[in-house]
Amino acid sequence: MLNNASGTPMAVGDSLIAAVLGYAIVFVGLIVLMWVVMIVGRFMFGRSKKNKEKPVEAAQAAPVAAPVAAPAPAPTQVSALAPGSAGDIKLYDTPPKVAAMIMAIVADEMGKPLNELRFKSIKEVK
Amino acid sequence: MDVLATLEGLWQDSGFSRFFADGGWKSLIMIVVACVLLYLGIVKKFEPLLLVGIAFGCLLTNLPGANLYNPELWDAFLDQASPYYQSYGHILANGGLLDILYIGVKAGVYPSLIFLGVGAMTDFGPLIANPKTLILGAAAQFGVFFAFVGAVVLGFTGNQAASIGIIGGADGPTAIFLTTKLAPELLGAIAIAAYSYMALIPMIQPPIMRLMTTKKERSVKMEQLREVSKAEKIVFPIIVSAFVILLLPSTAPLIGCLMLGNLLRETGVTERLSDTAQNAMMNIVTIFLSVSVGATTVADRFLTVETLMIVALGLVAFAFSTFGGVLVGKIMYKLSGGKINPLIGSAGVSAVPMAARVSQIEGQKANPANFLLMHAMGPNVAGVIGSAIAAGFLLKVFGG
Repeated sequence: MLNNASGTPMAVGDSLIAAVLGYAIVFVGLIVLMWVVMIVGRFMFGRSKKNKEKPVEAAQAAPVAAPVAAPAPAPTQVSALAPGSAGDIKLYDTPPKVAAMIMAIVADEMGKPLNELRFKSIKEVK
Repeated sequence: MDVLATLEGLWQDSGFSRFFADGGWKSLIMIVVACVLLYLGIVKKFEPLLLVGIAFGCLLTNLPGANLYNPELWDAFLDQASPYYQSYGHILANGGLLDILYIGVKAGVYPSLIFLGVGAMTDFGPLIANPKTLILGAAAQFGVFFAFVGAVVLGFTGNQAASIGIIGGADGPTAIFLTTKLAPELLGAIAIAAYSYMALIPMIQPPIMRLMTTKKERSVKMEQLREVSKAEKIVFPIIVSAFVILLLPSTAPLIGCLMLGNLLRETGVTERLSDTAQNAMMNIVTIFLSVSVGATTVADRFLTVETLMIVALGLVAFAFSTFGGVLVGKIMYKLSGGKINPLIGSAGVSAVPMAARVSQIEGQKANPANFLLMHAMGPNVAGVIGSAIAAGFLLKVFGG
């Protein structure tokens, strides 16, 4: 032990108890945190899912409710419904030009036309 | 004018003459150690952002006569019998440049500010999408407590053993924060061991991962993670701060700053602050932290058997943290019916993102179509929270 050592010597038995207790507290803390995150996630994910479904439902319901006076659907609704399209793509920290380039490269590498592939999201891995 | 006397005075005043004084050879050895660390940082790119600063601090503090760092001032600062006990004024009045910079380490300011930057750079999305990975972040703290017991067996005090054990958390700022509070005399050795082993993770972890898993387990392809909404990402740091700080108030500086940084990143309305936390502030604090930590490696305090023991125990801590993470990963593999790749368990040591990259590389070696990186980021960032909780516990037990 160093001459200017901080603290006092400890019995091995005491250190074992402290280690088991400490490891248990880390586990309990993170398991409870996991439950909290799960509950909050379920609540919020459910809400965001509902919000996403709403415009689609509204767009589907609109022609039935008012077939003549139905206003032109907003662009987001059109893309959500567009038949035969590859759907929307979500870009995270990726400029559209880079995304277009990545999609073109993937299509080329796979030897398939771009309109037969569906990209869900592109995210820069940092 | 007596030219000879002047020249003699100049010689005796110079640092060169002090190399020949009693114990001067130790400074020479430390200068060589500093050069080796500089080589590792610059040429081998071992955590260069920190190791280069630590190595240069080590060089500066061991140049005799420079008086940039004066350990005896800090001895008085920590000595309850001294009139200068806990007196920062005495340090400011009498200290060198590195003494003054070291105040930020001693007060726990730099590690907390580094955590602010880390929070601003971290995407907790993979963890929110799969909260079960928090268990892996807890499991990979095994090495912390294993090395802690090992250090006590080797004769270190409880405070010192706790500081040595936290090396297994693979989290530099947490190790520095805890060591400064519990065993400041070991700070240089512990910081160097922690950052060196973090850089060596791609060499330390893979053999343990391969030894503990079958090829079938390593080949498991995991399901794509669900999308995480912006609202979830905003609420997450608030919940984690409140919960963890209420559980262990001693984690407040680290967890509070980590989550504040993350909140700045996720709100979408504080981009300037997030950018500053991630870049300018982080870089400035990294310079101050690394140089002042390096300055604590004063020759006659660093060149001891204890330093070698700390280096050895640090390796044990890293190895057993990896072991704990992969072991619980295997349990989760069994419980999930083979849906979880146990390799992501090793990422529970919090070296972000190095440990997650190792999981990705090992997974791809077993199955080239395997993409584990995002799955491994969950336990990886959980490890940051886990090591902060472990540090908070040790601080509570040994810090009074």
